[in-house]
Amino acid sequence: MTELINQPVPSAPPRSQWRDIWDQFKTHRGALIGGIVFLLIVLAVFIGPWLWPYDPTFIDIRSRNQNPSWAHPLGTDQLGRDMLARMMAGGQTSVSVGITAMLLALFLGSLIGVLAGYFKRLDNLLMRTTDLFLALPLLPLLLVMVLLFREPLNAAFGPETGIFILIVTAIGITSWMPTARIVRGDVLALKEREFVLAARSIGTTNFRMITRHVLPNVMSPIMVSATLGIANAIITESALSFLGLGFPPDFPTWGRLLFDAVDYMQQYPERVLWPGLAISLTVLSVNYLGDGLRDALDPRIRGR
Amino acid sequence: MLTFTIRRLVLAVPTLLFISLVIFMLLQLAPGDPMAQVPLTVPPEVKEKMREALGLGAPVHVQFFKWIVQFFWVEPQVLIDHLFGTTFSEGQLRVLSWQTRSPVMDIVVQRLPQTLWVVGMSYVLGVLIALPIGIYSAYRQYSAFDQIGTFVSMVGFSVPTFFTGVLLIVIFSVNLGWFPSIYDTTHKVTDWDSFVFQLRQMIMPVMVLALYNAAQISRFMRASMLDNLNQDYVRTARAKGLGEKTVVLVHVLRNSMIPVVTVIALGVPQVFGGAIITEQVFKVNGLGQLLITAIEANDLPMVQTLTFIFALLIVIFNLIADILYGILDPRIRYD
Repeated sequence: MTELINQPVPSAPPRSQWRDIWDQFKTHRGALIGGIVFLLIVLAVFIGPWLWPYDPTFIDIRSRNQNPSWAHPLGTDQLGRDMLARMMAGGQTSVSVGITAMLLALFLGSLIGVLAGYFKRLDNLLMRTTDLFLALPLLPLLLVMVLLFREPLNAAFGPETGIFILIVTAIGITSWMPTARIVRGDVLALKEREFVLAARSIGTTNFRMITRHVLPNVMSPIMVSATLGIANAIITESALSFLGLGFPPDFPTWGRLLFDAVDYMQQYPERVLWPGLAISLTVLSVNYLGDGLRDALDPRIRGR
Repeated sequence: MLTFTIRRLVLAVPTLLFISLVIFMLLQLAPGDPMAQVPLTVPPEVKEKMREALGLGAPVHVQFFKWIVQFFWVEPQVLIDHLFGTTFSEGQLRVLSWQTRSPVMDIVVQRLPQTLWVVGMSYVLGVLIALPIGIYSAYRQYSAFDQIGTFVSMVGFSVPTFFTGVLLIVIFSVNLGWFPSIYDTTHKVTDWDSFVFQLRQMIMPVMVLALYNAAQISRFMRASMLDNLNQDYVRTARAKGLGEKTVVLVHVLRNSMIPVVTVIALGVPQVFGGAIITEQVFKVNGLGQLLITAIEANDLPMVQTLTFIFALLIVIFNLIADILYGILDPRIRYD
């Protein structure tokens, strides 16, 4: 007994798990740069319009097709609209679509994954549904969905909100499957652990069990899917806009700006460059962020 | 293994039926009217007759059943007739396009070579680029080659094909004028000059897709090699005095290829889907372009058939990947 008391008392408080994750994350230089770049892009796109005097939809036909100058750092388009303002407005839409669609896909994926992993009765049914969704040709179906539901949603919510809801929902319900599979696998493994048995023995209900014990433990794969989901959603939205089936022309997104610039590619090649670079840089930074998070959240790698 | 294959084949049938039902029900909601282009001078009763001739008057389940019969029963018969000169399909109604009033499958067969040339070539090229890069960057992990290789593959994987395609057009067609920006599908290879022209017009679309595929596959190849390089059997192989070349290229590579081969098989249908965008960029009139024009023209039988063909590709290649995995890795046994 005295022996135990005489043991040296740890001087520092125990390190929290998040501290460890942050330390590991910091060592991944690509991820750190990716995170900073992504934050900068989001800030520029959402705060920039407050500081920039031009309106993205203001038409000044006399100063159309201008080359970059101090007044218009990225030039103006064929209707004299300021390209920098349009890039920022487009970025707002692209990033919001990316984040909202990712949240929807994540919610669906985690819900289905947790239900399938936790309740044995639902497992077979839900996983067969997931397999079915994985066997659907997604890009053709997205094109068909956008075409079919654009008119009714435009009529119900107005052209901008309507197409936003449509694209977010379409991307969300076609990209939850990988998350569901990963989460189900992790939940299946968690369910056999002792702490779940202990929680059950003191009478924890299923709902409390999932929210208190299961979900916090599957947070790391969900967070990694989240970053990859943003990248995927931004690319899909730009691809739809690029095929002319996304947002209307007076409501710019990066993909739409690229699509519009292709017509003027011969005379003004730089107009293709800006939106393309913005999409690529955002996706690249998010992918690096995801890579770093995956390493940081994996306890087997941590500390190496 | 055989029972597994048969069971998967049997299971694929309801999957495919369900997918075709989903696509069909989605298309039933289409707001457009295929009769919208018919002149107003045509009397309404004639229009009604025309609608019935298109099969639109029938209830939904009859229309669906007819499509299933046409696709799974009549079309294979047409194929057999075409191959062996028999006359099984004579007088039977095929899936007709509303745009051209000709059988959908005939148009698909016309468009297929363009897509296959560009997509197939780019996938093969992508794999050929990816494998050596993946192998070498795993073998020299954290070397300069590996750092550059992983960065380039990350960039290639993040930059969408519609941007790389447009960028290549701006650089090589607009500024340098080396390659044509539009793919001429009527071009026929007859002599050396026309072959060179074909090569020049293929180079850009193929490179765009090949780089995108190579980026994805080389990441898998590198990860899979890294998993195997630290295994005990590699140490044993080195300890018994095998040359470094044999160890890496025979022992490690063969084991690392198992997951990579399945990833390559799984990627084939995705490449067909992704080619829709590349075909649009370079104006290749292949399957993807056919799908987009059909969607814009409200040509429902065409959209239904094409989407289903894409789904069929996914199911078939999933099956191939599963079977390949079992054959290549004797440790995997599907009971």
